[in-house]
Amino acid sequence: MSDTAVAPSKEKTSFRGNGGVRGWFGRQPTWVRAIVTVVALVLAILLPYAGDVPLIGPQIVTQGIDWPSSLFNMSYYVLLALGLNVVVGYAGLLDLGYVGFFAIGAYGTALLTSRDSLLYAHSGWSWLAAAPVALAITMAAGLILGWPTLRLRGDYLAIVTLGFAEIIRIVATSTPNFLRGDRGFTNIPHPPGQGSDGKPIFGVTDATPYFWLGLGVIVVVILGVRNLDRSRVGRSWLAIREDEEAAEIMGVRTTRFKLWAFAIGAFIGGLGGVLFAGEQGFINSQTFVLQFSILVLAGVVMGGSGNMAGAILGGALISYIPDRLRGISDPFFHTDLYEYRFAIFGVVIIVIMVLRPQGLIPSRRRAMELKDREKEVAPQ
Amino acid sequence: MAIIGLIAGAAACNKDTSSSSDTASGSNCGYKLAYFGALTGSAANLGVNIEQGFELAINQYNKTKGSDCITVAKFDSQGAAEVAPGVARNLVADKKILGIVGPPFSGESEAADPIFEAAGIPTITPSATRVSLSANGWKTFHRAVANDDAQGPAAAAYIKDNLKATKVFIADDQSAYGAGLADVVKSKLGALVVASDKTEGDGKQTDFSALVQKVTSSGATALFYGGYYTNAGVIRKQLTSAGWKGTLLGGDGMKDPGLSKASGVAAAVGTVVTCPCSPPEAAGGTFVNDYKAQWNVDAGTYSDVAFDAANILLQGIDAGNTTPEKLNTYLSTINYKGIANTYKFTSTGELDPTLIKVWAFKFDQSGDAKSDVEIKTS
Amino acid sequence: MDFSGLINDFGPLTVTGLAQGAIIALFALGYTLVYGVLRLINFAHSEVFLLGTYGCLIAWGWFGLDQNSKAPNFGAMLAYMALGLVVAIVASGLTALAVELVAYRPLRRRNAPPLAFLITAIGASLAISETVGVLTHRNQRGVPPIIQARTVITIGDTHITNLQILIVVLALVMMFVLDRFINGSRLGRGIRAVSQNPDSAALMGVNKSRVISLVFLLGGLMAGIAAVMYDLKIGVTKYDAGFLLGIDAFTAAVLGGIGNLRGALLGGLLLGVLQNYAAGLFGSQWLHAAAFVLLVLILLFRPTGLLGESLGRARA
Repeated sequence: MSDTAVAPSKEKTSFRGNGGVRGWFGRQPTWVRAIVTVVALVLAILLPYAGDVPLIGPQIVTQGIDWPSSLFNMSYYVLLALGLNVVVGYAGLLDLGYVGFFAIGAYGTALLTSRDSLLYAHSGWSWLAAAPVALAITMAAGLILGWPTLRLRGDYLAIVTLGFAEIIRIVATSTPNFLRGDRGFTNIPHPPGQGSDGKPIFGVTDATPYFWLGLGVIVVVILGVRNLDRSRVGRSWLAIREDEEAAEIMGVRTTRFKLWAFAIGAFIGGLGGVLFAGEQGFINSQTFVLQFSILVLAGVVMGGSGNMAGAILGGALISYIPDRLRGISDPFFHTDLYEYRFAIFGVVIIVIMVLRPQGLIPSRRRAMELKDREKEVAPQ
Repeated sequence: MAIIGLIAGAAACNKDTSSSSDTASGSNCGYKLAYFGALTGSAANLGVNIEQGFELAINQYNKTKGSDCITVAKFDSQGAAEVAPGVARNLVADKKILGIVGPPFSGESEAADPIFEAAGIPTITPSATRVSLSANGWKTFHRAVANDDAQGPAAAAYIKDNLKATKVFIADDQSAYGAGLADVVKSKLGALVVASDKTEGDGKQTDFSALVQKVTSSGATALFYGGYYTNAGVIRKQLTSAGWKGTLLGGDGMKDPGLSKASGVAAAVGTVVTCPCSPPEAAGGTFVNDYKAQWNVDAGTYSDVAFDAANILLQGIDAGNTTPEKLNTYLSTINYKGIANTYKFTSTGELDPTLIKVWAFKFDQSGDAKSDVEIKTS
Repeated sequence: MDFSGLINDFGPLTVTGLAQGAIIALFALGYTLVYGVLRLINFAHSEVFLLGTYGCLIAWGWFGLDQNSKAPNFGAMLAYMALGLVVAIVASGLTALAVELVAYRPLRRRNAPPLAFLITAIGASLAISETVGVLTHRNQRGVPPIIQARTVITIGDTHITNLQILIVVLALVMMFVLDRFINGSRLGRGIRAVSQNPDSAALMGVNKSRVISLVFLLGGLMAGIAAVMYDLKIGVTKYDAGFLLGIDAFTAAVLGGIGNLRGALLGGLLLGVLQNYAAGLFGSQWLHAAAFVLLVLILLFRPTGLLGESLGRARA
C-alpha cells in the first residue's frame, strides 16, 4: 500500500529554483530581502491599528476581546511555538508538556517580585531584574528534565514530558504557601519605563506596549534560533532527528545537543512565561493546564514543524482563531460561537492537516529528508 | 482559512447592531450596564446564574421606564484569569458603560479589577469572596456578599450546635475558596476534627475512592467539604454507595441543584450548605417567579444577589449619576434593601459587617437546597 | 505522610484501586492496540471512551432511568446491564471507526509524517469532547443505580462489593478473550503480521486497511466496556471524563510497555492501586503526581515499560 507516487521532483532542486513566494524571496538580492523584511516588521508593529484600515480592518480585529490584548496573547503563543519548534521541529523530541516551562518562567518571575511571595522580604525585585533569574531557572529546569529522559525515545518521551508538566501544575496547586495554588500571586510588577507624560508605558488599560515588547522579543528569538539552526548545533539536531544512531557513530554528541535543544526550548518557553506574568500582574495554577501544551504543539505542527515561519503562523493561529470567534453569533441560531470555539478549532485542525500533512508552511529541509525515508515514516 | 473569513464576514456588523441605543428615551437613559464573567466554559453555570439575575433586573427596569433605557452588555471571561484582562480592556473601551456586575470569581477579579480600577468603572461582585480582594485599595471594588471569613465560623457553629456532630472529617478542593473555607472550619472545630484530606479541583479528579475510604474508616459522622457542587455531588454519590451514612456539609459553592443531579436526590437529601445570603422566598416579592418566567429555569446561587446588585446600579443611574465616577461615589452612600440582603458598603467596598447573615440550607426531596435556619455565630 | 492511615486502610485501598485499575486497563488497551500496529498515539481514544459513557446513559434513559431511579430487581438489572454494554460498545466502536476514517485514513493515503497523525487525533478529540460539552452545557450527568453496591466478601476491615468484583472479573475476562483473539485467530494473525512488518504483511496478502480498522474497532469495544464500568463506579460522567481518565490510561499503557496487551493490564492495575496508596499516604491531591513520578522512575530503568513493547513481535 505504500504510496510512492508522492515524490515531487521539485524537492530535489534547491528551493531557490522553486516557484512561490519563498522561491522568489530566495532569488532576490540582499537589499530587496532587507526591504521586504523591514516592511514586514513595520506592518507587524502597526498591527494594533489594523482596525482602522477600511474594509479589511474590521474583518481582522477581534470582537469580544480587546484587539491589542489579543495580539499580545498571540505574541506569547508565537514565542511558545518558536520554542517548541526547536524541541520538536529541529531536534525531533516530542514534548507534550511544554507548558511546564511557560509555568516556570511565570512562577519564577512571580516568586521574585510579588509581595505575596515567601521570598518577598529578600527579593521584591522589579520585573526586569527578575526576568533573567527566572529564565536561568527555566533553562536549568530544561536540563533537569532533559538529562534523565534522554534515553527515552519518541512516545515515551512524550508521556514523561506530559507528566513533568502535570507534576508542575499539581505542585503549584498543592503548595499553598510556596506556589500559592489557586490563590496565586497578585501585584506582579509590570515592565519598567515611563512615557513623556509621566505615566508608565506598561499600564493596565492598554495592551499595545506589551504587544510591541512581545514582538521585539520574538524578533530577537528568531535571529538567535536562526543562527543556531545554521550552525553546528542546528546540523547536529538535524542529524539526531533523522537517525540518532548514525549521528552518534559519525561523532555527533547526541546527548549534549539534545540537552541543548531542551534548554533552548525551555528558555524560549520561559520568556513567554515572564512576559505573561508581567502583563497579567496575577498568575495562579489554573492557567497552566495540559490542554495548553497540546494546543501549542498543534500550532507548531499545523504551521509546519521544523520551520520558523510555520511555527509563527501556527502559534498565531491557535491564539487568533478562538479569540476571533469570541463575541460572534452564528447566523442561524444566534448562539455565541465562542462556546463552540474548540469544537470548530478541532475540525479546522483536521482539515488543515489532511490537506497539508506537512503543515501550512512546510519545512523545505524536512520535505527533502522525508522523501528519503517515506517508508519508514509513513505508518502504513 | 476560508471558514474563518466567512464567519468574520457574517459577524462583522453583528456587534454594532446590538449596541445601538437609539430606542432609548427618557431621562438618564442611553447608558449601559455590563456583566463581566463566565458565560461559556466549565465555569459557566455560576456565571449564567448571575448574568440572568442581572439581566432580569434591567429588563424589569426598562419595562417600568417603557423604553430600552439601559442596555445590557455582556462580557464573557470564561472565569479564567488569563482571559480576563483582554476582555476587561474591551469592556472599558465602551464609554457608555457606567457600572459592572462581576467578576464572579476571585481569580479573574485579581486579573481584571485593576483594569476597571484604572478606568474608574464601579464593580459590584455578587460572588467573589476572597478576603484579600478588598485589601488592594481599589476604590471601584464592591462586594455584595460576605467574604470567606464570615462563612467558616458559621459553618463550624452549625456543625457544633445544630448538627451536634462529634467526629468531623474536613476536606477541600484546594481552590482559594474551598481551602480558605475549610481551614477556618477546621480551626474553629478544633478537637472535633478527626482527620482531613485534600482533593484535586473540579474537572481534575473523578475517582474519590481514597477519600471515601478515609472518611469511612475515620468514623466521622460529618464531612465538611470546602469546594464546589461539581466535585461534591460525585463525592456524595461515592460515599453513599460505599455505605457511609453521615452528613455532607459545605459552603455556598455547593448550593446548587447540580449537586443532586450528579448524586441523585436520594443521596443528596440532608446535605447542608451554608450561604451568606438570605433565602429568596424570605425576601417576599416576585423574584423567584419572575426569574422562572423569564429564563424558564429556577434561580440559582447568587442570581438574587446579582439582581440586587443590578438594581443598586440602576437606582444610582435613575438618581442622575450618569458617569462612572458619580456612580462610584453614589455606591458609598447607599443603604439598599434588596431581596437577598440589605446592602451598605464600607470604605473598602465590603458589605457592612452588621448586615451579614449566614443561613444554612438543606437539600430536600426537590433536589434543591431549601432554607433551614439562620446561623448565629456569636 | 500518613503511614498509619495507609497501613490501616491498606486492604480497602487495594481493592478500590484494583477496581479503578481494571477500568484504566480496559481503556489503555485501545492505546496499546493502535500503537502496536501504527506506532502512533491515538489521542482521540479518550473520546471513544467518552461517547461510551454517554451511550449507555442514553440507552438507560430510554427506559426512564435516571440518577433518581430506584435500583432495579435482579432480572431487570441483567437486562439493563446487557443493554448498556451493547449500546456503549456500539457507540465507542463506531466512534473509533469514525476517528480512523476521518483523522487517520486520509493522512495514510498522503504519507503524512507521524506528528501529523498525532495532531489530527488531537483535533478529533477536541471536536468531539467540546461538542459533547456544548450539548450537555458542561454539566455532569448522574448515572442510575443499575447495580446497587453491596458487600459480598469481608476480609478483616476490607469489604469487597459486587461491583468491584464485576469490574475486575470483566476486565480479566475481556483481556483473556482479546489475547486469545490476537494470538489465536486468523484476524489476530493479520494484526500481528501488520504490527511486525507492515510491508511484508501487505505482500503476503493481508489487507492493511482492514487490519487497522479492526484494531481501532477492538480498542473501541474495550473502551465501551470500560465506559459502562466507569459509569457504575464513578456515578457521573461529563464531557471531559475521557480526557481525564485518558491520561491515566495512556500512562498505564506506557508503564506496562505500550503495544503490549498484558503490559496494559499490568500497568492499569498497578497504576490504580498505587494511585490509591499515594492518596492514602500523601493526600488525595497528590495521586496523579505520584503516578507520574512512578512512571518516570520506571522508565528510567526500563525505557520501554515494564513488559516491553510487543504486540506481535517478541512475544507472539
